Amino acid sequence: MKTVIRGRVWKFGDNVDTDQIIPARYLNTSDPHELAKHVMEDSEHPDFAYKHREGDIIVAGKNFGSGSSREHAPIAIKYAGVPVVVAKSFARIFFRNAINTGLPIVEAPEAVEEIRHGDEIEVNLEKGIVTNLSTGKEFKATSFPEELQKILKAGGLMEYAKSKLKGSVSE
Amino acid sequence: MGMTITQKILADHAGRKEVYPGDLITAKIDLAMANDVTAPLAIKILENHNLNGVFDSEKIALVLSHFVPAKDIKSAQQAKLVRDFARKHNIKWFFEEGEGIEHALLPEKGIVVPGDLVVGADSHTCTYGGIGAFATGVGSTDIAYAIATGEIWLRVPESMKFIFYGKAKPWVTGKDFILHVIGEIGVDGALYKAMEFEGEAIKNLSVEQRLTITNMAIEAGGKSGIIAPDEKTLEYVKNRSNREIKIYHSDPDAEYHSVYEWNANSLEPLVAWPYLPSNVHTVGESSHIKIDQAFIGSCTNGRIEDLRLAGAVFKAALKRGKKVHPYVRCIVIPASKEVYQQALREGLIDVFLEAGCVVSTPTCGPCLGGHMGVLAEGEKCISTSNRNFPGRMGHPKSESYLANPAVVAASAILGRIAHPEEVVKAQDLVRT
Repeated sequence: MKTVIRGRVWKFGDNVDTDQIIPARYLNTSDPHELAKHVMEDSEHPDFAYKHREGDIIVAGKNFGSGSSREHAPIAIKYAGVPVVVAKSFARIFFRNAINTGLPIVEAPEAVEEIRHGDEIEVNLEKGIVTNLSTGKEFKATSFPEELQKILKAGGLMEYAKSKLKGSVSE
Repeated sequence: MGMTITQKILADHAGRKEVYPGDLITAKIDLAMANDVTAPLAIKILENHNLNGVFDSEKIALVLSHFVPAKDIKSAQQAKLVRDFARKHNIKWFFEEGEGIEHALLPEKGIVVPGDLVVGADSHTCTYGGIGAFATGVGSTDIAYAIATGEIWLRVPESMKFIFYGKAKPWVTGKDFILHVIGEIGVDGALYKAMEFEGEAIKNLSVEQRLTITNMAIEAGGKSGIIAPDEKTLEYVKNRSNREIKIYHSDPDAEYHSVYEWNANSLEPLVAWPYLPSNVHTVGESSHIKIDQAFIGSCTNGRIEDLRLAGAVFKAALKRGKKVHPYVRCIVIPASKEVYQQALREGLIDVFLEAGCVVSTPTCGPCLGGHMGVLAEGEKCISTSNRNFPGRMGHPKSESYLANPAVVAASAILGRIAHPEEVVKAQDLVRT
């Protein structure tokens, strides 16, 4: 996982729910590439899936990922080539799902306030710093509890599980 | 320092004497649940990691509920994947299509009891808090982990307390209690927190209506919703489960993030307008809104009491020769087979059909724009379900309004959002 990420911003508002991220009409599959084709289709940027470039960053307001428990949401974002999501806050199931599936997420309310659609930003995951390269301003991100970092470092929850379950895992 | 009911359940399941908000714990689960949308992903995750066993085949529930009876080939494939997994692992609580929506089924069959710790790969898993269990929604990876290990990592949440005093007016239901709460605190007002409901007015509610309240805790961002078990809860559980039950209550000196107090008598039937469940208005403020579809069902309001409420409105209408408005489609979907059969026995299904509704096999269906009633561009639907996000029930430019079953039934008859009293008592004000 890259720890310093640079990219162009797609800005979204508050309460971007999972129905906007990946509408239920596409949940009849769990193929990540298929899901990525429809990412953000019911959001304020319905053309995101075919207009964004690999490496573009989603920056959103509060309560990003609210609504359903569908892990298809972080998966669709990840497979669309979005390297990180920066938001004022995340809904809790989305937060878990992002960590468990290895989609980097960063909570940085002040940064979101300042960053505009189309800005270039840099996210330093290790240091927890978001920099708006278009304006030069730097912001501190909220850091994860140590225990969650362990899951992230293990490469996600299942890797963590495997190390715990050594005995019952057939290699 | 005292503990809340939530802390006590979590402490017991983590093998600790006490836990406090912010603690990260690994807890043993009593049940892991997934459905036909979330289980396929979990099964693939297990396979990809060569995890070939389940921790306990009697503590896993797999429910085909969302896109069944299969709406298309892809959905059929997903259901088959879950079915095959359930057979291979001899999963005790596997439910075929048409058996019901998980959040109606699990309490109804006594699979969840008070004091349980339940994780489910469906956001409305918080429903089971209505009978005094700690229950929370998680994703497919979490469920894969739980199915393999019987454990879940959790951050112990802070609790918010919501007290309802007094007595609610007629036509004010559990749905209106929770819409009121969400309207007051917002869709992220309880983010990461446990929502505890209590007070005389909550005690007066049936178990089914309590389940409606805790069902929508997630709509305020909550991790869980909970109502301490009382005589009504125990009576409900008694005939459904033989399991030993441990009853938990919050200590008087337990700490809360915040406490809200309301008089239930001041509540009116409410309607949440698009595009957030917090966008609540009274029925009166909504009566100019004409509708194309009405939906009675879902894990929020598809239980027998909900159908009785809607049925009472339709019966009153039929008595005066009124039926579902000619410009409205009204869809009734019992949340489980047991509810369906009970409704049949009580003559409710006849009432719905006679009134011009369509009645279908238990499924989540239209609630999430899946099938059985998807909206076209520009259409408006009043629904007893739980979400009114953009595109939730169909076209991104369709609109969903959330209300209780009596309001939805009255609206179906009058063709616009209406108070049940307009149908049951006063003269009709049918739109022209």
